[in-house]
Amino acid sequence: MAEMDTSGGGKHKKGPGVKKGKKLSTRIDLTPMVDLGFLLITFFIFTTTMSQPTAMKLFLPKDTEKPEEQNKIKASGALTIMLGKGDGVYYYEGELLPDGSNFKGSNFKDIRREIIDKKKSTNPQDFVVVIKPGPEATYKNTVDILDEMTINDVKRYAMVDIFDQEIQLMKATEASQGIK
Amino acid sequence: MPKVKVPRKSTSVDMTAMCDVAFLLLSFFILTTKFKSDDTVAVVTPKSVSTKAAADKNVVMVTMDKDGKAYFSVGDNNVAEKQDIIDMIDQGKNLGLTAQEKAAFARSGSIVGVPFSMLKSYLDLNADQVKNFKAPGIPLDTADNQLTVWMNAATRSFTGNTMTLLVKGDNNAKYPTFKGVIDAFKRNEIFKFSMVTDPEGVPEGTALAAKRATGAKED
Repeated sequence: MAEMDTSGGGKHKKGPGVKKGKKLSTRIDLTPMVDLGFLLITFFIFTTTMSQPTAMKLFLPKDTEKPEEQNKIKASGALTIMLGKGDGVYYYEGELLPDGSNFKGSNFKDIRREIIDKKKSTNPQDFVVVIKPGPEATYKNTVDILDEMTINDVKRYAMVDIFDQEIQLMKATEASQGIK
Repeated sequence: MPKVKVPRKSTSVDMTAMCDVAFLLLSFFILTTKFKSDDTVAVVTPKSVSTKAAADKNVVMVTMDKDGKAYFSVGDNNVAEKQDIIDMIDQGKNLGLTAQEKAAFARSGSIVGVPFSMLKSYLDLNADQVKNFKAPGIPLDTADNQLTVWMNAATRSFTGNTMTLLVKGDNNAKYPTFKGVIDAFKRNEIFKFSMVTDPEGVPEGTALAAKRATGAKED
C-alpha cells in the first residue's frame, strides 16, 4: 500500500518497437517523513518551556522616621519568625523576654502549625506576623516564609530587620545543635 | 481435506495517518514553543503557590545569582527606555560612554552586573566575551548601593508607563543581597514588586487550599 511500485509493466510481450510507458504508482513510502516528524516533535518538546514562571507580589511598608507614623502592633498578637542558617526557623510569640526563654526553634514543616495555632488563639485584628530573615537565611527561605503567609491566609505580615539579640540567640541555638 | 489458502497480506502499513498526526503535533509545538532563553546568569528560582503568570511587558528585572550578585536588565521590547536609562547613567556618572557602548546596552538580552567603574569596559566586550565574563555584581552595600541609581534611571525612563518590577533570585542567594535590593527599591519610593517563582501545589488542609477549593477570590 504505502510502497513505491517499482515493478515494471513488462508482463505482456508486445511486438518489437512497441514501448509501454511504465505505470508508476502514486503512493510514496511515508515512513521517513514520519520519522522526521517525530524527531522534530521531540526536539520541540525538549526545548520548550511549558511551565510559565509565576510572580509573587510583595508590598513593602514605607520607612518612616517619626514614631507616631509607624504602625503600632500589639505585642500580644505578634508572632515573630526568624530565619537562620541551614533552613532553620525560629520564632517567639509576643515580645522577646530578656532571658530569651520564649525563643523557640522550629523548621519549615512545623512552623505552619505554629502560625495556624497563633492565628486561632488571637484576635484577628491584633494578629500580625513579623518576619526577620537573618544574615545567613537564603532567598529561598524568605520566599518560602512569605509563601507560608499566603498559604495560611495571614492578612498582616511585615518583613523587618533582625535585632542583634535575636542573631545572638539564633547563633547560640545553631551552635548547640551543630548546624553549619 | 482441502487446503485453506491464507491470503498473503502485505506487512507495510499505511503511514499517511501517522504522518498527519506527527505533523499536526509538530505544528502545535512549533507555534506554542517559547525557547528557553539563553540566560547569561543561571538562576534557579524558588517555588511558590502563586498562580499569577509573570508579566512580560515593560519589565525591569533585578536578578540575584547563587553567589548573591545582583544584575540589572530591562525587557527586550523596551529599547527606547533602555537607551534613556543608559543615557541617564552616562550623564549622572560621567562615564563618557560612546554611542557604540550605549548600543551594546540597548542590545537584546543585555544584562549588567558590574559597578559603574567597570561599566565602560564591560560594554566594550563582544558577545563571546560577555558569555565568559565573570561579573562581580552591582554593589549593594548601604554606603554605595548602585542599584539605587539604576532603579532611579529606570523609574524616570518609564514615567507614564507602568513598570513591572521583577526580582528573580536564586534559591541560594543570601538574604542580605535581597535586603540590598529592597533597600534600593525603597530609596526610590518603589514599594511594590513581584518575585519570579516556579509554580507549586498548595498543601492540603490549609487555609489557602480551602479558599481555592471554594473558588474564593485571592488577593
